[in-house]
Amino acid sequence: MKNINRLFKKGLALLPLSLVLLLTGCNSDLAILDPKGPVAQTQKDLILYSVYFMLFIVVVVFAAFTYMVVKYRENRPGRKETDYDPDLHGNNKIEVIWTVIPFIIVIALSIPTVDTLFQLEKPPEVEANEEEQEPLVIHATTADWKWFFSYPEENIETVNYLHIPTDRPIEFKLSSADAMTALWIPRLGGQKYNMAGMMNTHYLEADEEGVYKGRNSNFNGEGFTKQTFEVYAESPEAYDQWVSDTQNQAPELTQDRYDELLAPGLTEEHEFSSTHLAWVNHGNPEGMDYAINRHFQKYGELMHLESHQDAEDFMDEENNDDHESDRDH
Amino acid sequence: MQLDEFFVTGEPLIYAGMVSIALVTISILFFLTYYKKWGWLWREWLTTVDHKKIGIMYILSALAMLFRGGVDAMMMRTQLAFPNMNFLNAQHYDEIFTTHGTVMIIFMAMPFLIGLMNFVVPLQIGARDVAFPYLNALSFWSFLFGAMLFNISFVIGGSPDAGWTSYTPLAGAAMSPGPGQNFYLLGLQLSGIGTLATGINFMVTILKMRAPKMRMFQMPIFTWSTLITSFIIVFAFPILTVALALMTLDRVFGAQFFTLTGEGMPMMWANLFWMWGHPEVYIVILPAFGIFSEVISAFARKQLFGYKAMVWAIILIAGLSFLVWVHHFFTMGAGAFVNSVFSISTMLIAVPTGVKIFNWLGTLYKSKINNTVAMMWALAFIPSFVIGGVTGVMLGMASADYQFHNTYFLVAHFHYVLIAGTVFACFSGLVFWYPKMFGHKLNERLGRWSFWFFVIGFHVCFFPQYFVGLDGMPRRVFTIIPEWMPLNVISTVGAFGMGAGFAIFVFTILYSYRYSEREKTGDSWDNGRTLEWATPTPVPFYNFATLPHIDSQDAYVKLKQEGKTTFEEDKVEPIHMPSNTGQPFIMMAFMFIAGFGLVFEWMWMAIGGLLAVFVMMVIRSFDYDEGFHVEVDEIKRTERSARRL
Repeated sequence: MKNINRLFKKGLALLPLSLVLLLTGCNSDLAILDPKGPVAQTQKDLILYSVYFMLFIVVVVFAAFTYMVVKYRENRPGRKETDYDPDLHGNNKIEVIWTVIPFIIVIALSIPTVDTLFQLEKPPEVEANEEEQEPLVIHATTADWKWFFSYPEENIETVNYLHIPTDRPIEFKLSSADAMTALWIPRLGGQKYNMAGMMNTHYLEADEEGVYKGRNSNFNGEGFTKQTFEVYAESPEAYDQWVSDTQNQAPELTQDRYDELLAPGLTEEHEFSSTHLAWVNHGNPEGMDYAINRHFQKYGELMHLESHQDAEDFMDEENNDDHESDRDH
Repeated sequence: MQLDEFFVTGEPLIYAGMVSIALVTISILFFLTYYKKWGWLWREWLTTVDHKKIGIMYILSALAMLFRGGVDAMMMRTQLAFPNMNFLNAQHYDEIFTTHGTVMIIFMAMPFLIGLMNFVVPLQIGARDVAFPYLNALSFWSFLFGAMLFNISFVIGGSPDAGWTSYTPLAGAAMSPGPGQNFYLLGLQLSGIGTLATGINFMVTILKMRAPKMRMFQMPIFTWSTLITSFIIVFAFPILTVALALMTLDRVFGAQFFTLTGEGMPMMWANLFWMWGHPEVYIVILPAFGIFSEVISAFARKQLFGYKAMVWAIILIAGLSFLVWVHHFFTMGAGAFVNSVFSISTMLIAVPTGVKIFNWLGTLYKSKINNTVAMMWALAFIPSFVIGGVTGVMLGMASADYQFHNTYFLVAHFHYVLIAGTVFACFSGLVFWYPKMFGHKLNERLGRWSFWFFVIGFHVCFFPQYFVGLDGMPRRVFTIIPEWMPLNVISTVGAFGMGAGFAIFVFTILYSYRYSEREKTGDSWDNGRTLEWATPTPVPFYNFATLPHIDSQDAYVKLKQEGKTTFEEDKVEPIHMPSNTGQPFIMMAFMFIAGFGLVFEWMWMAIGGLLAVFVMMVIRSFDYDEGFHVEVDEIKRTERSARRL
C-alpha cells in the first residue's frame, strides 16, 4: 500500500503535465479550441491565456503538496527532530504573500475578460485590409425542438439549417417560441439564450468556408438532444446564389404551415420564400404566448424518443397527427 | 384517476425498482416484528430529541440517498458510454438526471453535513444538546419526509424531468403537466422547512451555548464553519421557499408568475433559484472545509495554521456567495457591464479559497502526518479541489463562459468541487468521528480499498469530461455522437470505479460492526484536539458531566496537558435534559400527507393534512413538559462505567 501511495503522489504531480499535453495535443481537434471565426478565436485566446495562469497555480500547489506529504510523513525514514513544530500557528509575511498573489492573478484575468465582454457586444472588428460590411441580420427562433432562421432582408426562412457568407458579421436576433434555449455554434463562438418575449442580439462570424455544427445547448425537454442544425458557411457569391435560389424555388410560408411546424416535435429541414415575422415575432412581449396558446395540449405528449431516432422517424406521425396521450392534463 | 396512471408503468427498470422497494420494506417490517423491535424503534429513534441520535439518522438517510443518486449516475453513464445506446430513452434519461442532481444536493450533501454538525457541534462547544431539541427533531423528520415524498415519484406519478434547476417555463404547468414537477416543488418545500429550522437552531446553539468562557475565536473551526453556514441558510433558504411557493401557485392554482401567458416572467425563476442556489453550494462546501481543517490538524498533530485567516476567509466567502448568482446565466444577455461585475465578484472568491488551501498546506508544514483513512480523504481533497477551483475561475470569466456554459466542462467542474469537496469531506468526517458515534473504528484496510477505488474512479470519471466539454458536448444530452465516444467510455469506467468504492465503504461499515475492536477511551485517535474527544465513548446522553472552562483554542489539548476531564466528581450537579417526544414525527407525517395531496392536486387530502398539522401545533403550544433532571448519582454511575474508573 505504501508503494501505491508513493506512486499515486508521483502520478498526481504528473497530472498538470498531462493537462498541457492534452491541451496542446488536442488543440486542433476539440471544437472550442478549433475556431473558424473571429469570435471563437477571441474566446480561444482568452481561454488559453487563462490556462497558463491555472497551470501555474496547479503546479505551485501540487509541488508544495507533494513536498509536505512526502517530507512530513510520521514514519518517513530519516525524519529529524526539527521537522516537527506543533505550535506553529501562522506567519504574517507568507500569509500576505499568498493572499496578494492570487489577487494579482484575479486582476490579470479580469482585464481581458471585461475587455472581451464589451467586444463581444459589437460586430467583430474588421481587419485592416478588409472593408467594413453591414452585419447580416438573421432571426434565430426556437420552438420545441427545432430552429427557424428568418432572413428579413432577403425575405427567406429556413428550418434546422442556415447558410451564411464568410467574412461578414452575422447579427443573430435570438428568441424562443416556448422554453428557454441557447444558440451555440462552438467553432464560430459562444452561446446565448433564446427566450420567449425577449430578443437577444448575438454576433458571430465565419472566416473559413465549411459546414459547422450548431445546436440548442440549453435543456428544454424530450427532444433537446436532437435540436441541432448545420451552418453552411460559404463564399459571398455562393451565398447570394443560394439566397436567390431559395427566393425563387422555395414555397411561401403560410401561417397555417408555420403553426403546424411550431407544434412540439421533431421536424426535417425546410426552406421558404417568406418569413414568419410577417405575423408574429416571438421576441416581442406580444409574441410570447403565441405557441403555447395554439399547442397547449401537445406539450405534455411524449415522443418516446430513442437514441437512434431522428426527425425522419416521426414524419409519418406528424402527418396523421394522432399522438397517443401519455399524461393526463 | 386510474391505477395505471397512479403508478408508473411500462419501464422494466422501474418495475425492478418497485420490486426491490417492496422486498426491502417487507423485510424491514418482518425483522422489526420478529425481533420485537417496534418499541425500541419508537422509544430510541422516532421520538428522540438527542442531537447525537438525530445526527446519526441524518447520516444514515444521506448514505441511502447517496446510493440512490449513485445508481442514477451509473445508469446515466451506461447510457452515455456509447453512441446510440438504448438503455434509457430520452424521457427516462431526463428524469434520471433531474433526480440525480436534486437527490445529491438536497437529500445527500446537505443532510450528510447537517448530520455531522448535529453530532459534532454541540460536543465541540461543550453543550448538552442544541438550543431547541424539539425543533431539531422536527427538522430531521421534515427532511426525511421531504426526501421520501421526492423519492416515491419514480414509482408513483412519475419523476420530475426539468432538471434540478427546474427552469421555467419548461417546468411550468403547460410544458410539464402531471405530478412529476409537483413532487420536486413539494419535496423541496417540505425538507426546506427543516433546513431553515436547522440554520436557526445552530446559530442560536453556537452563539449562546458555548462552554463557560469559550470565546468566539476559540471555537473549533468546524463549529465556525457551521455558524457561518447557518447564517447562509437563514438568509438564502427563504428565497427558495418563496420561489417554490410561487411555482406551486402557478402549477396547482393557475397563477402566472413564471408562465409564458398572462405576462408571467419565466426568467425571474432563474434569478430566484440561483439567488438561493449559489449560497446553497457554499452551504455544502463550507462545513466540508471545516471538516478538512479538523481532520488535517488532528492527523498532522499540529495546530491549524492561520486559524484567524481561516475564519475570515470563511466569512468572506459566505458574503461573496450572495453576490455571484448571475454567473450561472452569463449567457442570458444581461449586457457587458452586468457580466463584468459578476465575473469579477466570482473570481474574487478564489482569493479567500486560495488562502484556505495554502493554510492547509501550512498546517502540513513541520507536522507529523499520520496517514489514516480519514486523513487520506482530506489529503486527496487538496489537489483534486484545486483542479475544480481553477476551472471554476475559468468558468467565472464570462466571455470564456459563453463557450463553457452548459457543457461537460461545467459538469466536470462542479463534480470536481462537490465530490472532492463535499463528498470527500463526508467520508473523511464520518471515518474520523465514527468511533465517537458507534464505539468502534471502521476497518482501516478496507477503508483504504474503498478510498483508492473511489478517488481514482473519480478522476477517471470526471477529468475526461473537461475535454469532451471543450469538444462541444452539452450537458443533459441523452446520447452521444461517435466523436465523443473514447472520453465517454473512460468516464463510464471511472463512474463504476466510484460505485465499487462506495460498495466497499458500505461493506466496511458492516464488517467493522462485526469485527472491529470496541473503543476503550474517549480519545479514539490519541490526538484529538477539540472537546468532543474529551467525552467518554459511548457519549452519555447528557454529553458532559461537568463543563470545563475554556481559555484556548484546541481546548482538549490544554485539558490533557493539565490532566483535567469533563468529569470532576465533586462538581457534578443535576443536569436538566429535554424529554423525548413523538410530536415532530407525527406532525411531519401529516405534512407529508398534505404534500402528497398537493402533488396530485387532491385538495381534500391537502387541506386535511394541513389541518392535522395545525392541530399538532396547537397541541405543542399547550405542551408544558419542561423536561427532566438527571440526578447526581446517575451521572456518577454513568461516568464511572463509561470511563472505566
